Amino acid sequence: MKIVAICGAGIGTSGILKVNTERALHKLGLEADVVAADVASVAEVARDAQIILTSAEFVGAIGKTFSDVIVIENYFDTQELTLKLEAALG
Amino acid sequence: MPLPPLPESAIVLRAEAADWRTAVREAGAALTASGASLPGYSDEMIRMIEEHGPYVVIAPGLALAHARPGPDVVADGLSVITLATPVNFGHPHNDPVRVVLGLAMKSADVHLASIAAIANIFNDSEAIDALAKARTADEVLDIMGVAE
Repeated sequence: MKIVAICGAGIGTSGILKVNTERALHKLGLEADVVAADVASVAEVARDAQIILTSAEFVGAIGKTFSDVIVIENYFDTQELTLKLEAALG
Repeated sequence: MPLPPLPESAIVLRAEAADWRTAVREAGAALTASGASLPGYSDEMIRMIEEHGPYVVIAPGLALAHARPGPDVVADGLSVITLATPVNFGHPHNDPVRVVLGLAMKSADVHLASIAAIANIFNDSEAIDALAKARTADEVLDIMGVAE
């Protein structure tokens, strides 16, 4: 399974999403390849992704995708991440 | 995993900022003061927000201002700005912002380890409030887990 975390620069905020997503997955007993990327490369990087994680600003820019797009409000709230990942994967 | 360098010169407490641009400029000025970036990096950070929106407000009260690695970055570095008066970035959930972190990175490769260190600090939900209330740079360094 592949999960892509998207932000404007592809570093910084998406990196925090990646780190905390890996923690949430670990809690759920799941494994996935979590990749941080910038919004400009989302079409290519997320082509084979099951889930795209991002903030509300980027939903429009992600465009057409077969992936589940999950919007995260608080990047440090691992409970929010865990619940939303669980809902998408369960 | 190491936090990007956070010297005392990159910490500004109770800064006066009338709007988010000024708040981001404070974070950039602190990075310049510590030798991590050239003054132009502030414009880069502001441009990221103008282009993509206030997504850098990644948790209630906290903005992580940053731009891509580039010629305006001299060295890896972090700055911490607390605001005398919270400012709105236009984020739907996480406004108003009380603490602005400025992040400068020389390359994207080393970035993730440092980012993980930042995540470790703020996964403690009380860290933002504690930073906003800090009265001395020492308190900030303590909250950020930086050994003196």
